[in-house]
Order: sequence, then structure tokens, then C-alpha cells
Amino acid sequence: MNELISGVLRGDPRSVARLITYVENQSEKTSEFMKQIHSHTGKAQIIGITGVMGSGKSTLICELTRKYREQGKSVGIIAIDPTSPFSGGALLGDRVRMMELAMDKDVFIRSMGTRGVLGGLTSAVYDVVEILDASKKDIIIIETVGVGQAEVDVVKIADTTIVVLVPGLGDSIQTIKAGVMEIADIFVVNKADNPKVEQTIAEIQSLVDISCFDKERKIPIVKTIAKQGDGIGEMIGEIEKHRKYLDETKTFEMQRRLRYEAELVEIIKKQLMSMIFDEETLKKKIDTLLNKIYSKEIDPYTASEEILGKILK
Amino acid sequence: MDKKIRVLVAKPGLDGHDRGAKVVARALRDAGMEVIYTGLHQTADMIVETAIQEDVDVIGLSLLSGAHMTLFIDVAKLLKKNDINDVLVVGGGIIPEQDIPKLKKAGIAGVFGPGTHCDEIVDFIKKNVKR
Repeated sequence: MNELISGVLRGDPRSVARLITYVENQSEKTSEFMKQIHSHTGKAQIIGITGVMGSGKSTLICELTRKYREQGKSVGIIAIDPTSPFSGGALLGDRVRMMELAMDKDVFIRSMGTRGVLGGLTSAVYDVVEILDASKKDIIIIETVGVGQAEVDVVKIADTTIVVLVPGLGDSIQTIKAGVMEIADIFVVNKADNPKVEQTIAEIQSLVDISCFDKERKIPIVKTIAKQGDGIGEMIGEIEKHRKYLDETKTFEMQRRLRYEAELVEIIKKQLMSMIFDEETLKKKIDTLLNKIYSKEIDPYTASEEILGKILK
Repeated sequence: MDKKIRVLVAKPGLDGHDRGAKVVARALRDAGMEVIYTGLHQTADMIVETAIQEDVDVIGLSLLSGAHMTLFIDVAKLLKKNDINDVLVVGGGIIPEQDIPKLKKAGIAGVFGPGTHCDEIVDFIKKNVKR
């Protein structure tokens, strides 16, 4: 077996880190490596955490991780921050709140920029989750800033999705993208020492009552003060309850199958894209087609069929 | 292949001044790099462990307390001990002229004092990054 792969399976941080870099850079070696990983995955529990900026997600994750470590579970964390669409650079600062975990050999933290390459982030996160899973992490936490579709897609990878809110943002709940509120399996209201907490909980509760009135499972709302570690035990309790619910209702299996389906579609998209854009002859073909589209000789749909015909033939 | 330069900006030791580190972090981000910031009061062990997990190409150390001869060199030594040779290490802060040759000899490839233009740091990293 390849040295890098056996390193990953051993849980060696340098091998894990290097393979993630290959994935992020969409290196040609990636698919060969990832093929060898898949059969070693499927054991980890995957938790997605999203919420508005400044809601204390990183601090919450740090506390959550501490609790899991007390239970003897190893933890992998993927902290995703936006890449600037202008410079292509990113400032990844989630680690600042997690540095006390830096020396724990059973915690692996990786910061990722969204990068914005074609189909890039989602498929990269699928791969990183597989890598951490194969490196025998019991718990994998994915942290995103809940602002857009990309984040919603990423959190779909998780078995349990937690949306973090804070009191006193006024009509924040209405302004949060509809999709983000709908993906919650658990709501967490952090910074619950704020006097406006009850009002915020009432707002979420009314939203939950509307969306869950015909469902057997009501989405729980947990109060936390991450900085003091308050409510973290309850949060873990709700995560476990949700996991049990998934198992009992056979939703777990269905959810994983959906995840693999989405992953497969992402890979097909990515490979098709690289087939189209990496091959010189096709590139020239596209250029001529573009000219024809511009001069109205043909339409984009016909052009697309021509390109796909060339690949599938 | 879409290779991005990843940089760890770290503040070792007992030094609460991170304005400079943050300005540099921003400049590197604006130059298209992915910058991971550790926050204050890091030990050399924490910095190297973070650099490993984040698989960075560059470590940028910032220190204004005067302990650079100990802490910068500790990081460089620890990298060597872990057999990590493909990470570029640079440093900045209040660093006396006469210390610079010693730091360079210890493996701090670039040392940037007050008044350094951010572009100079960006150029240095782009030119000297090892992989």
C-alpha cells in the first residue's frame, strides 16, 4: 500500500494533512488516493455546525470537542471560511478559538477556504470528511458560515446539522436565508446570558411549531454559553438523541445514500468539466463554438450538445 | 492544478501586540494566499503542530517582546526535529540588526523589521516558497 495512504489509516497527522492538500489543490493524484480510502470509511459521526458570523461557533466547537475528548472520542474539525472572490485569498481565523486543542494528538483541525473553483468546495469537503473518517476520527465536525447556498450544500454532508443563533439580533431569524433555517436538526442559542434570550427562543419556537406541526420529531432548541461551557452537555445529548432517531426511523441509511449520491454527482461534474476544459482540441472547439453563438449562427444548447457528443462518442 | 500558498501567521510567547501580524496577514490574503492566524501566546510546539495539520507552505512569526532569539529559533529547531524541511519560515517584529544573521543561520529565511513594505514580504514569500 502507498505510504501516504497507510499513514492516513494510521491516523498520522502529516499524512492526513498532505492528502487534504492534494484534495484542495485538485491534484491529479487525488482520485487514485481517494479510491483507496473509501472502503475504510463509514464509522465516523458527522456533525455540521453553521450560523451567522460572530455567533460563537468556533468557541462552541472547542467546548464540544473538549466534552467528546472526556468521553474518549477522537475528533476531526473542518473549519470553512470564505475565500475572497477578488483576490482569491482567505483569512482563516477559526483556530484562534481552538488553540487549546492544538496539542491534543486525538484532535485534528483543518481550516479551508471556499476557493470558489468549479464544484470545488462541496466535493473537496466530501473528500476531507472521507479522509478524516479513514484516519479513525470518531466525530467529524464541519463548521461553515451560514450565509449562502454553498454552505447549505456542505452541511448536507452531516448526519446532524446544528444552526447556531444568538439573542438580540432582532429580526435576524427572518433575515437568515430560508434554506439555512430549514436544514437545522437542532437549534442552539448561544450567548444565552444575554437578557433577550427568551424572546429569541420564542421566535425560533414559533418557527419550529410551524415547520414541525405535522412531524413526529420536534426540532429541539438548546441554550448555551459557550465561553463558560454551559449547555454543552445538553447539546451533546440532543445530538445523540437525533442520531438515535435517525437509526430508529431508518433515516440514517437513507441519508448516507443521499450523501453518496450527491458525492457521485459532484465527482461526475468535476470529471466532465476537466474533460471539457483540459483537452486542447476541445478548448479550440469551444472557442469556435463561442464565436458562432456570438454571431447567432448556433444557440448555446446546440453547442453544448456538440461538445458532449464529442466526449461521449 | 490550483495551488495556493498557505501561510501560518503565529504569535509565539508572551506578547499581546498583534496589530502588525494582522496587517501582514491581511496583505498576504490580498495577495491571494490562504492565511491561518493562531492568535496570541503560542508555544513553539503549538505552532509546529498547527503547521503540520494545516500543511502550510510558510510560517510567519511575529514577536515584539525581545524573545525572538529564543522563540523563533525554538520553532526552527522543532521543525528540523520533526524532519520538516519544505516549510519556509519568516519572522518580523522589533528585531535588532545584529540578531538578523544569527536568525538566518538558524533557519529563519527572511526577517522583516518595522517599516517593511508589505509588498516586500509578499514578494519574498512568492520567490522563496519551497513547494
